[in-house]
Amino acid sequence: MRPSALLERLLQLVPVLLGIALVVFLMMQATPGDPVELMLGDALATPEQREALRRDMGLDRPLPERFLHFLGNAATLDFGQSFHHRRPVADVILERLPATIELTLAAMAIAIAVGVPLGVVAAVRRDGWIDRLATILGLAGVSMPGFWLGILLILLFSVQLGWLPVSGRIGFGAEVPPVTGLLLVDTLLAGRPASFLEALRHLLLPAVTLGLAMAALLMRVTRTSMLEALRQDYVTFATAKGLPRRRVLIRHALRNALTPTVTVAAIETGTLLGGNMIVETVFGWPGLGRLVVEGIFTRNYPLVQAAVLLYAVTYVLLNLLADVLQTVLNPKVRL
Amino acid sequence: MRAEAVEEGALARPAEAPAAPARSPFAADLRELLANRTAVLSIAIVLAVAAMALFAPWIAPHDPYEANLLRRLQPPVWLEGGEWAHPLGCDQLGRDILSRIVFGARVSMTIGLLVVAIAAVIGTTLGLLAGYLRGFVDVLIGRIVDTLLGFPYLIFAIGLMAAMGPGLANIVLALVLKEWVLTCRVARAETLAAREMDYVEAARALGASPARIMLGEILPNILSPVLVVATFRMATIVILEASLSFLGLGVQPPVPSWGSMVADGRAFLLDAWWVATLPGVAIFVLVLAINLASQGLRDVFDPRLKA
Amino acid sequence: MSGPLLEIRGLAVVFPTRGGLVRAVDGVDLEVFSGECLGVVGESGSGKSVTFLAVLGLLRPPGRIEAGEIRFEGRTISGLPEAELRELRGRAIAITLQDALTALNPALTVEQQIVETIEAHDPDLPRGRARRRILRERAQELLRLVGIPEPARRLAAYPHELSGGMRQRVMIAIALSCRPKLLIADEPTTALDVTIQAQVLDLLAELRERLGTAIVLVSHDLGVVAEHCGRVVVMYAGQVVERGPTAAVIGEPRHPYTRGLLRSIPSIAEPERPIRPIPGQMADPIRPPPGCRFEPRCSLARPACRLPIALRPIDGGRAARCVEVAA
Repeated sequence: MRPSALLERLLQLVPVLLGIALVVFLMMQATPGDPVELMLGDALATPEQREALRRDMGLDRPLPERFLHFLGNAATLDFGQSFHHRRPVADVILERLPATIELTLAAMAIAIAVGVPLGVVAAVRRDGWIDRLATILGLAGVSMPGFWLGILLILLFSVQLGWLPVSGRIGFGAEVPPVTGLLLVDTLLAGRPASFLEALRHLLLPAVTLGLAMAALLMRVTRTSMLEALRQDYVTFATAKGLPRRRVLIRHALRNALTPTVTVAAIETGTLLGGNMIVETVFGWPGLGRLVVEGIFTRNYPLVQAAVLLYAVTYVLLNLLADVLQTVLNPKVRL
Repeated sequence: MRAEAVEEGALARPAEAPAAPARSPFAADLRELLANRTAVLSIAIVLAVAAMALFAPWIAPHDPYEANLLRRLQPPVWLEGGEWAHPLGCDQLGRDILSRIVFGARVSMTIGLLVVAIAAVIGTTLGLLAGYLRGFVDVLIGRIVDTLLGFPYLIFAIGLMAAMGPGLANIVLALVLKEWVLTCRVARAETLAAREMDYVEAARALGASPARIMLGEILPNILSPVLVVATFRMATIVILEASLSFLGLGVQPPVPSWGSMVADGRAFLLDAWWVATLPGVAIFVLVLAINLASQGLRDVFDPRLKA
Repeated sequence: MSGPLLEIRGLAVVFPTRGGLVRAVDGVDLEVFSGECLGVVGESGSGKSVTFLAVLGLLRPPGRIEAGEIRFEGRTISGLPEAELRELRGRAIAITLQDALTALNPALTVEQQIVETIEAHDPDLPRGRARRRILRERAQELLRLVGIPEPARRLAAYPHELSGGMRQRVMIAIALSCRPKLLIADEPTTALDVTIQAQVLDLLAELRERLGTAIVLVSHDLGVVAEHCGRVVVMYAGQVVERGPTAAVIGEPRHPYTRGLLRSIPSIAEPERPIRPIPGQMADPIRPPPGCRFEPRCSLARPACRLPIALRPIDGGRAARCVEVAA
């Protein structure tokens, strides 16, 4: 891809990001109650102190000015103080972020590792038993609420079989010093395979729960686009060249079929990000999603605001990444 | 080369169907739909859930709010300690789970239908305006659409619910504010295609006003894809409502909602698995039925969208 | 000569459809001799392309060979297992498709698409760095062979970056990359501009002379075939209706369908002669006419034409499927 095309695409993001910031800003204007009271919580304060705090927080300014202020702060990752933690919001979020990144990446990996091959096999063996099974599983996967699936998995693998832990990221005594914050990486860096396994056992159920709906969707898209690709002349020609069947399927059919799959995968990461809240709640996963849910109930609005903004920006950037990936997969696509 | 085999198939077609007696296209569509057994069954399930919601007080065997701590966590009838009076057992307050599931259908159906309907009206209107008028209106609506598409759905709804507080009206508002975008995109694309059609050109040449063309000529022709999308979306809305309720951001207790029933049951997974899982079955069945039904409707009413 | 290179006997190919069984090819006999250029002519739907897809085992399911035998160098290749078919494809028998734009993979460079073909058939390639160098040299050499200037630069191009004529040449280069004994060129000129058409046909003729590759030129255009092929087979509705030396068939066609085809192409020799398309439609492939399949469209049809008829030999190595020909 040409660097100028990438730059152009990045510039197109500006209005979207501004719009997102505006929506998040307005969202929090809708909160009931006085932010000053919320900030103070149970602390006692004189009317003068309250007034000073109000000025400090910029609440006496007109709305447009406050929005510009909010933008400036957001650009420097200054989201104010977390009401509950009495610490900068950015710090609190940063602390919880690795857990969520690890969970999301694992879910994505599972979704791709299950969804894409299953879609390919279903298309190649069209109307065979794998295809039928995949269709049923795909439909069930998108029809199942994540929290319910998580509970079923806990009942089966934790309560009934006792194979996997119910919640948390790692057991007592297995902790390792944080480096990246991703436990699967840190345990390996620390050279503790037992801890690695422990972290993996904790990660498995939440990641499967989070990834299954996406796997189902990827499977359906891959199947459809693969069927389409298999009908193309270039597949016939590749076969006529005497290439091995695997090579025809993977290098010729799948490679072209992946274009729509990547688009759907990017859109579906939105489901993954939203699913964070649900899955982290079900499995007591100490990540950003749970932090946000807690923040809602403690009316920790600066935190919720910052997290919603972060999720939205991440989502937009992931979609950009998918667009770039398209140009790599398909040289005809121009950004 | 491949075209040749296809052509030969195409040649075969005229001979295949004997001339059908003249009848309205709708009757033909209906007949085709009724031939699809899965679709008929799933539509029946959706209608049954709707009826359950509508007639909940007559169907539910008990008052869904009536607590009785003597029956706390009573198992369903097929387990030891269960009884026919409470076929699906009781929850942590001794309330009848079946009755709560029956009443819970009200929340799911109300929100599902309301959100889809309101979003369809808003989305179609704005999509029609953007696609037909183009220019500034299109750009403005496009900007709003792009912005809203930048939010993951649940995050957007959670952010709004956090700000506005829980409650049925707020859920509907939070979901509609995002949902209309999808309808709008479909409606706009369909309008762009329709405005180039001869019948629209003809109406314009005859001096019809833009409003008349949009409502009289274009709207009827974009309606079926819009409706097909709307039925599909209802499945997602039901899951989203359940998810919000599960997080405690939905309808407030003690009103029974399937999502919050699952959440309540989580604390008793070890001793009473049925409290958390059975309401989930209701969600799953309803969503699956909506998905299958809309697939059937799509195949009949909008074959272009067929995967 | 020791028998034909390719021999097709009683080939029948069917495609099950909702409306019934489509008989795309119904009892085709033909042979191709080493080094010759055979023209196969017919309208779309005549089964000419399907016949040769069947030879390479490229029928798209649910299409299948229902009856008949295909022999290559005396060995039966119809019904071979996939692995053995794969060894034949590209190495012994190669094919080029009608439209190079859709036949070439849009996501791979010219080099990748040539190289993978060579790799699939040459087990003796060295490993490591030498392999890449050899493959690149061979790919360049192939592009040079098909008359592509600046081959080193073209190797890095994607199909959509080339002109239509260039793409067609690349496809021919790929087909020839393993020096097949038989090249099936399926409508090699249909997707091209008129000026490029002649160039590609001349290229095919030249390659046949230089490499000794037998070529089957499948075309709907009798004019294209007339210029380049020694022998011609005319197909209609899944059957061979006439065959023989091209000059004889064109000079004195014995089947009314061949005559119709001749009248439907513009002639350079007689520019004043009106072009007359054949009236009527191709026969229904599910329920073909019981006798001569051309009978419903034939101006000379008479009751005897409604009876089944076989290909009748004529002197001079010719044959035609018409009651006009003495049995």
